[in-house]
Amino acid sequence: METAQSTLPKEEMLLAKFEEKTAAGEAIEPRDWMPEAYRKHLIRQMSQHAHSEVIGMQPEGNWVTRAPSLRARQILLAKIQDEGGHGLYLYSAAETLGITRDEMIQQLHSGKAKYSNIFNYPSLTWADIGAIGWLVDGAAIVNQVSLQRTSYAPYSRAMVRICKEESFHQRQGYEIMATMMKGTAEQREMAQDAMNRWWWPSLMMFGPHDTDSPHSADAFRWKIKRHTNDELRQKFIDKTVQQAELIGLTVPDKDLRWNEAKQGYDYGKIDWEEFNRVINGHGPCNKQRLSHHIRVHNEGAWVREAAEAYKQKQKNN
Amino acid sequence: MTQQEALFKYTLRLGDNALILSQRLSEWCSNAPFIEEDLALTNFALDMIGRAQVLLRYAGEVEGKEKSEDILAFRRSERQYYNNQIAEQPNGDFACTMVRQLFISAFELYLFTELQKSKDATIAAVAAKTLKEVRYHLAHAEDWIIRLGNGTTESHNRVQQAVNDLWMFTGEQFEMDETDNLLIAEGIAADLHALQPLWSNYIENILSKATIKTPQDAYMQTGSRKGIHTEHLGHLLSDMQYLQRAYPDAIW
Repeated sequence: METAQSTLPKEEMLLAKFEEKTAAGEAIEPRDWMPEAYRKHLIRQMSQHAHSEVIGMQPEGNWVTRAPSLRARQILLAKIQDEGGHGLYLYSAAETLGITRDEMIQQLHSGKAKYSNIFNYPSLTWADIGAIGWLVDGAAIVNQVSLQRTSYAPYSRAMVRICKEESFHQRQGYEIMATMMKGTAEQREMAQDAMNRWWWPSLMMFGPHDTDSPHSADAFRWKIKRHTNDELRQKFIDKTVQQAELIGLTVPDKDLRWNEAKQGYDYGKIDWEEFNRVINGHGPCNKQRLSHHIRVHNEGAWVREAAEAYKQKQKNN
Repeated sequence: MTQQEALFKYTLRLGDNALILSQRLSEWCSNAPFIEEDLALTNFALDMIGRAQVLLRYAGEVEGKEKSEDILAFRRSERQYYNNQIAEQPNGDFACTMVRQLFISAFELYLFTELQKSKDATIAAVAAKTLKEVRYHLAHAEDWIIRLGNGTTESHNRVQQAVNDLWMFTGEQFEMDETDNLLIAEGIAADLHALQPLWSNYIENILSKATIKTPQDAYMQTGSRKGIHTEHLGHLLSDMQYLQRAYPDAIW
């Protein structure tokens, strides 16, 4: 066995090589050496991403049985199925870092792993399905497009595939909103109400301002992250405000103004107190989302056990 | 009863079976034992919505009262649905959903094999497309029944319980009335009585592979050919029809 002293220079050498590689923008594959902190950072981020896809199925699933037309039900079901598929894909990508899906699910249940804060808000009306597709998926795309060039190759490949589907979702969400804005007074009211409730939480999806972002420094150096939270948020606002105006929706921000000099919108103050409150467990649906996932997981235990028992029996025969 | 009325009712029956089961299966969304299964069940639901769409649209055309597939799907009352009662039965646990799927998909395998030969071009085309999907639904249900039946004591007992509970809804699938007789004479519909022994053999074989006893109880529920259902359908419809009923002028 090598002693700690003798491994040290080797580790340092590997680290130097890794830093050089990431600095040059080269991709890291699962078999490549990587520092423990890089691995941990990615496990945290990718499992959170996977959990978000899966927990996000709940607010949308809430309207599946009440979708107002066969076409609407088809589109919604297919979308949720895509999200589940993304979750699956991301779990597998995260497993290349030496963690199992079971472990990731345990961490979700224990509270160690998080999921996107946005899904702690409720989907109250059908218009919320439009708003989630348009705003939430819209915000997610901006983030994910940036992640297509992230340094860890399996994550980057997952993002390339996922982005293609997400842009469909965003268009479908926008279509729901547009149809409702062309509809009856009640539908327009429903759409505006959904806009009012989802706009600010969507802006919060990009995370705190860069000055307050806890995991940023290493992530930038290792090219896991390539754009700041504020850059991505600005990008989202600039493309979305115009879409809202086009169909007659009002963005619920009295400070929103076009800034000619920066060629982008200035926007009002985000309520970070609300963000922190919800992240720390006091949002409208935190308890509901997690206990639903735990309950379903526990209720399904006998099925998984039976499948395992059958597999063992087949092996022994 | 005219041939047009019979064809309308027959197409509604085919469409409603797909519509109602798809509604039940979509309830599994974010509720399945693991994510692969969540995707599989919602995928089946999607197949069935597609089938319902085509059949209800055709039913509307046959009726000739300018009713769209959505009007037929969302604006009828409980007594105007003609799906077999087994389709509307609650999901129960995973074993119950798989047993229901096995009973229905095995029936549909034989039904759509026959309907491929229907003289009605639309029904024949739907049957050909559906058959591909049904084979997959059936293989999936079959695998699970064999796996669960031979898995643990708990999974075995759950499957046996589900088989016992759902058995009384299986006979109705083969009931025929004036509608069937009239359309069989025209070469449009399938002779359901002829399918029953095929179905029984098939099911007995799978259940025996799963070490599950086939119930000997001959009592069978009936009613759906006359639009009589179990209490579960009303609740399913109030969920499904909510927006269409609450905002009748809205287009979604």
